[in-house]
Amino acid sequence: MALEFRHVSKSFGGRDGGSLLAVDDVSFRVEEGEFVSVVGPSGCGKSTILSMTAGLYQPTEGEVLVSEERVTGPNTHVGFMLQKDLLLPWRSIIHNIEFGLESRGVPRAQRRERAMRELAHCHLEGFENHFPYQLSGGMRQRAALARTLAIDPEIILLDEPFSALDAQTKLLLQNSFAGTIKEAGKTTLLITHDLSEAVLMSDRILVLSERPGQIIAEITVDLPHRDKPIKRRLMPEVGDYAAQLFKHLKLEEKAA
Amino acid sequence: MLRTHATKLTSAAILILVLVAWEVLPTALDVPRFIIPTLSDSMIELKRMWTNEGLLGHVTSTALLTLIGFLIGSLLGAVMGYLLGMSTFWEKVLSPYILALQIAPKVAFAPLFIMWFGYNSMPKLLVTVLIVFFPVLVNVLQAMRTVDRDLVNLARAYNLTRMGIFWKVEMPSTLPNLMAGLRIASTLAVIGVTVGELVGGNTGLGYLISYGGGQANAAMVFNAIILLTVIGFVLYAALERIEERVLHYLPKADH
Repeated sequence: MALEFRHVSKSFGGRDGGSLLAVDDVSFRVEEGEFVSVVGPSGCGKSTILSMTAGLYQPTEGEVLVSEERVTGPNTHVGFMLQKDLLLPWRSIIHNIEFGLESRGVPRAQRRERAMRELAHCHLEGFENHFPYQLSGGMRQRAALARTLAIDPEIILLDEPFSALDAQTKLLLQNSFAGTIKEAGKTTLLITHDLSEAVLMSDRILVLSERPGQIIAEITVDLPHRDKPIKRRLMPEVGDYAAQLFKHLKLEEKAA
Repeated sequence: MLRTHATKLTSAAILILVLVAWEVLPTALDVPRFIIPTLSDSMIELKRMWTNEGLLGHVTSTALLTLIGFLIGSLLGAVMGYLLGMSTFWEKVLSPYILALQIAPKVAFAPLFIMWFGYNSMPKLLVTVLIVFFPVLVNVLQAMRTVDRDLVNLARAYNLTRMGIFWKVEMPSTLPNLMAGLRIASTLAVIGVTVGELVGGNTGLGYLISYGGGQANAAMVFNAIILLTVIGFVLYAALERIEERVLHYLPKADH
């Protein structure tokens, strides 16, 4: 088992001294190599879950475990990616990919070797000496994935990494990410508000309620081609799964 | 390519036009020489200043003090900006005083510095340092406040130390603002030195301005002002070149 939330709650202190409950008693497990998506309405605490897994802040109650170890701070087990690629604009692509390795005492030659390998995995050969502004949005996200993979994390956290891209780039990038992640065998937690994205990419989907976030449903996606969302997309069952999610999120009632 | 050619040509044409007007208009309009000297008057005076007034020494003194004052002032401003940027507590504690000092007209300190240090380079240097300090400080501080929190979090997740985050994320993030602050400071540095020289001492282009003014030698004042502008211009241009190198990773806007 790679990741476990045990009765995790998180509240934030408000300005007036009151506190805001963002996540309420959330428990779930993610097995090794599994791809799990978390969907829910905006402001439901999706990103809070991600930040607690990354160790950026602590749960108010309960505990988060990564590889059976309690998360108490930023740690080497977890790599995360956001909607923003967070590439350092003053560094070339290869230096960006090496960024996460620098504070880990990896010797220079080895850093370069690992970075070049991930560059190839993410199909960016020939762009190592380019600067971020010279790359398209999709390529920049691939570079960010290469940087995440370079530190060889046990878990990859993806916080809406495709939401700033146009529809076609998004589809291609989902496909490329899914293939790369499957090949690397990484456990992945994807935070998204795109329901079909969740169905196309996941083994399992957790549905969160509105704030305070609670898990209201857990759906196992029993479909092949997890590593090729473009293929999975053609399967008629995808619509059924999306409809299930639709129902859980009560979107029809809200539209009425 | 053609466009840059056109802008350069037009710029040069304007310069020539102004120089011709300067040469022709005063005589044509019967303006006396001690009010507005013509271009050739000024050039003759420039030659006289070179041989009789030790112009080279004055220019060197002003240029050197501008450079040293600029370097010390911007270094102090940047260091202070980064220190305050790393400590919200001290920034809040000190910000009203910084604001007060920033509002106070720095050139007005010049007579005070002369009282304290006498008629030497020290007062000039101090005014320059003081005047250069603030734009750099304010720009750096502003940039430190607006460093992308997600970038800092990423660095934290990668286990960077506080100093590691500063050197690898915060410091490079603030470079565009630092460079902008330095450019503003470079134009102010010349003002600082000039004021220091105007108020006291017997060296520098600022001194030549007050000396020439006292003798009703307008050509001398004109020349000193032009030379001061040249010094400021050279400093500014050098900074622009450095900035182009340092910030090469920023996409250039195509006009």
